[in-house]
Amino acid sequence: MLHALIAAAEETPNPLLPAVADLVWSAVVFVVILVFFWFKVLPNVKKMLDKRSEAIEGNIEKADSAQKEAEAALAQYTAQLADARAEAGKIRDAARADGQKIVAEAKDAASAEASRIQATASAQIEAERQSALVSLRSEVGSLALDLASGVIGEALNDDKKSQALVERFLVDLEKSEKAAK
Amino acid sequence: MNRIIVIRLLMSAVLILLFWLATRRMKVIPGRGQSLAEMALDVVRVNIAEDLLGKKDGKRFLPLLTTIFFTTLALNLPGIIPGLNVAGTSLVGMPIVMAVVAYVTFIYAGLRKHPGTFLKNSFFPPGVPWPIYIIVTPIEFFSIFILRPITLALRLLMNMVAGHLLLVLCFSATSWFIMEAPSFLKLFGVGTFAFGFVFSLFEILVAVLQAYVFTLLTTVYIQLALAEDH
Repeated sequence: MLHALIAAAEETPNPLLPAVADLVWSAVVFVVILVFFWFKVLPNVKKMLDKRSEAIEGNIEKADSAQKEAEAALAQYTAQLADARAEAGKIRDAARADGQKIVAEAKDAASAEASRIQATASAQIEAERQSALVSLRSEVGSLALDLASGVIGEALNDDKKSQALVERFLVDLEKSEKAAK
Repeated sequence: MNRIIVIRLLMSAVLILLFWLATRRMKVIPGRGQSLAEMALDVVRVNIAEDLLGKKDGKRFLPLLTTIFFTTLALNLPGIIPGLNVAGTSLVGMPIVMAVVAYVTFIYAGLRKHPGTFLKNSFFPPGVPWPIYIIVTPIEFFSIFILRPITLALRLLMNMVAGHLLLVLCFSATSWFIMEAPSFLKLFGVGTFAFGFVFSLFEILVAVLQAYVFTLLTTVYIQLALAEDH
């Protein structure tokens, strides 16, 4: 009976127990794949991921520094531009002031020149008038004396007398002129 | 050695070859193959390990979780690969091996993190009045230390076996209806073929989903073991 049971058990394997070969080969497959992933695939992936994040960080840093540089350059350019503008404004103001000064100076010079010319001219006119007056007086005097000598038939040789006569005549003449005016 | 074991070896070789090719020379700017491999690896690394365990513990258990995910996936897929037609996980050995690994791992994780309190807290959850322990302790013991590994293994095995049976049924029926059935029944072949077609597509989903579920549950068990209170 017992022998028969054992024999039966040996012949027909227990359906609840897995075959040894099944378990062994399963374990082999699992271990091989485990070793492959553990020591080959995952370290490779990890290395690559680290490198990738490094590269990304590096690029971000590079971009940051580039942006900072650009900003600094922009600020510098802006400052330079403002300086240049201020400089130009200064130059323009100076030029305007200079121009105004030059114009004013020219005007002054011109008016001075004009008044000088006017003064000279009036002085000359006055001088000419005086000389004309003098010559006219002496001529009118001698003419009048000649006329009077002719009229009265005698020479008015007494210079002193004749001179006084002429003077009186001229003064009368001037008076009448003024009255006429 | 049988057909399923040969399929396992073949698919493992294919899996290793694909990942070896994709990650042989990894570049910072990925090519097409590397992008695909990265996307696949990120499913485990980001969506499972780091989300549930956090960065530090996620990294610790990542090799194991990645292996479980891709082994399960690679061995599930032959269920719908023409010529192979049966999943490498549809023989109980593979699910058992991986369930045992998951079991050992989460117990190891718990004992390592809370050497004094892991077992005590597992059997006697803190914050429960003591008479309740009469009920809670057997339930906790049964669910954590017996049901977890068994359900892990059986869920995967049954899904793949059922899928295989379903496909065999649909396509055998199609073959019989079209080849041997009397002529008025031949049209049924179209229906069974359509079912087979739909279930083939469904099996792709199941293959991916079961790989994801197995990995996710393993991660959750590890997370529970690592948590301060159970």
